[in-house]
Amino acid sequence: MFLETFLQNLLNALQWGSFYALIALGYTMVYGVLLLINFAHGDIFMVGAYVAFFIATLLLGQYSSPFLPPVLVFAITVVATMVITSGVGVAIERIAYRPLRRKGASRLYVVITALMCGLILENGNLALLGASRRNFPEMLSKTAYNIGGVNFTNVKLLVILTTIAVFILLETIVRKTRLGMAMRAISYDRMAVPLMGIPVDTVIVFTFILGSSMAALAGVLFATAYPVLEPYMGALVGWKAFIAAVLGGIGEIRGAFAGGFLLGFIEIFVAALFPSTLRDLIAFSILLVFLSIKPTGIFGVSRATKI
Amino acid sequence: MRKMALFSVLILISAFALALPAWSADTIKIGFNIPLTGDIPKVGEASKYAAEIRLAEINDAGGLKVGDKAYKLEFVYEDNESKAESATATALKLITQNQVLAIIGPQSSKQAIPAGEVCNANKTPMISPWSTNPKTTENRPYVFRACFLDPFQGPVIAKFASGEFGAKKAAVLYDIASDYPKGLAEFFKEAFEKANGPGSVVAFETFTTKDKDFSAQLTKITKSGADVLFTPQYYDEVPLIVKQSRELGWKGPILGSDSWGSAELMNLCGDACKGLYFSTHYAAAGAKGATKEFIDKYQAKYGYVPDDVAALTWDAINLLCMAVQNTGGLSGNIAKDRDAVKDKLTQVKDFDGITGKMTFSPGGNPSKCAVIVKISDKGEFEFYKSVCP
Repeated sequence: MFLETFLQNLLNALQWGSFYALIALGYTMVYGVLLLINFAHGDIFMVGAYVAFFIATLLLGQYSSPFLPPVLVFAITVVATMVITSGVGVAIERIAYRPLRRKGASRLYVVITALMCGLILENGNLALLGASRRNFPEMLSKTAYNIGGVNFTNVKLLVILTTIAVFILLETIVRKTRLGMAMRAISYDRMAVPLMGIPVDTVIVFTFILGSSMAALAGVLFATAYPVLEPYMGALVGWKAFIAAVLGGIGEIRGAFAGGFLLGFIEIFVAALFPSTLRDLIAFSILLVFLSIKPTGIFGVSRATKI
Repeated sequence: MRKMALFSVLILISAFALALPAWSADTIKIGFNIPLTGDIPKVGEASKYAAEIRLAEINDAGGLKVGDKAYKLEFVYEDNESKAESATATALKLITQNQVLAIIGPQSSKQAIPAGEVCNANKTPMISPWSTNPKTTENRPYVFRACFLDPFQGPVIAKFASGEFGAKKAAVLYDIASDYPKGLAEFFKEAFEKANGPGSVVAFETFTTKDKDFSAQLTKITKSGADVLFTPQYYDEVPLIVKQSRELGWKGPILGSDSWGSAELMNLCGDACKGLYFSTHYAAAGAKGATKEFIDKYQAKYGYVPDDVAALTWDAINLLCMAVQNTGGLSGNIAKDRDAVKDKLTQVKDFDGITGKMTFSPGGNPSKCAVIVKISDKGEFEFYKSVCP
């Protein structure tokens, strides 16, 4: 009985932590390259979920045919959503962040700009689509399994496995490819990198593409697992994912995953073991204590500011 | 010269103002303090439509007979914009300027609580058809309502859970940051434990507004051995709770409250919510007798099935008319008549409304039955049974 409950909550925590991890990635990569906290990222996640909603409804409604089984629709939705949403991410970088960077504005202004972009996305959605909730269509027929008293669905497994796959993929990109090397180089020394002939803007755009497409992936999976969409859905989750990124050590990909899963675990297990009313109180007290002991997060390294 | 003109106009106006009540001696004015614009214009529209149907019926039949005299009814619809401050201004306008005998509305508690204060202070009877918050009528002898209260709804569901499913143990999942679910969850717990012994609510789990993942709480609930799950949430959270609970292996029934009763619920929840039950004021699908007649009349005239607000407004009008008739004759002195109507409203017994029988106590709250609605396989809210206090 106890083991059952523990395993069940372990699975719950893995799923919940997966979303934090996927969103935290975007925060951490942009920070790693630009030292910018991209506060619009949570809302890019929301945009991803809505884009997926429209693509899926279109595919299921208008072009539903025997040649297009729901699983294929899901695959198309995921890919198309990632492409479109990374377009949104890159557009924000182009319109809002790059002009400020060109003018040499202090990072504080860029952060505020990011916050405003997030609010524009939220309220733009509210103005465009209204406050009514959307029902995300069910593309993967959910099957519930029960093994030894532990219940899980195929969606839950998919979420967890996808997150692990994304982790391996990103680690490879950042560690093994030339672009990844360029990303690390920029985060190491932004002044010297252009002198070496590395196109900084291209690398930055690439970073935004990676981050936004991961947020889009999180959006699709989130909407599949929790099929009620609303314009403010990205605010709270995005904010907590940012905490997860800081917890893991912002700027580190491993940190985003570790922080995301850690936050997921703490939230689920506190709710499971204590009265659920105390969840956020206890969860964030733990995080506060953790950060006061190790302010740089799990994998973070403190670095001196270069002059 | 201009001063003279102004003066004579003023005299004329005041002459008309004085003369008006004399002309309308044979009419009874009733004010409607309803949200015709603002956040919930649909609520105001439903109230007005229900009132228009009833008004035409009464006046076509020769008016309302009070004592041995027949009075024509006149309804004054005033918009409160779904705002608390406008609701008080509207109430004051209806009382002092329009000189109405009584007021129906406002509908939501947010406006009904402040407007109730104005009506009570001005000694004018007010009936809120839809406000379930206890504060609306608290310590206000002139304020009444046509619906049940949350302290009643909780026990109704508790009784239904035990009676229908033989539940000995119950679980509750609710949003601790919102007044309505929190209050109702507590009333349910109290009633259920009173009937089934302390500790029979084996899981009393909470979350906070905007939460999407309830897996930890639902795991606890599933393992707690509860027979039923009660969740007094709104239509945007219910689908998530229902779907996640099924995925986590919850097989028992799930019960809800009147906050479930939105057409939006089935759009969001789909098949998962079919076969579940919730308590509410009235059920349109499967209605019989006078209720069905009302629904048919409304649908024929306005083209859609009336919701609970329309039905409760209908009952509020009839309640008021009955109280006016029971006075046995109006004196023509508005203050005296208002007092008489208030006294008669407190004495209403076994009033047969389309949302159920009502009996009033001096507190201004009716004791009436709640309806348990079953969500049918077609996704309609179907009458299942009524539970009485």
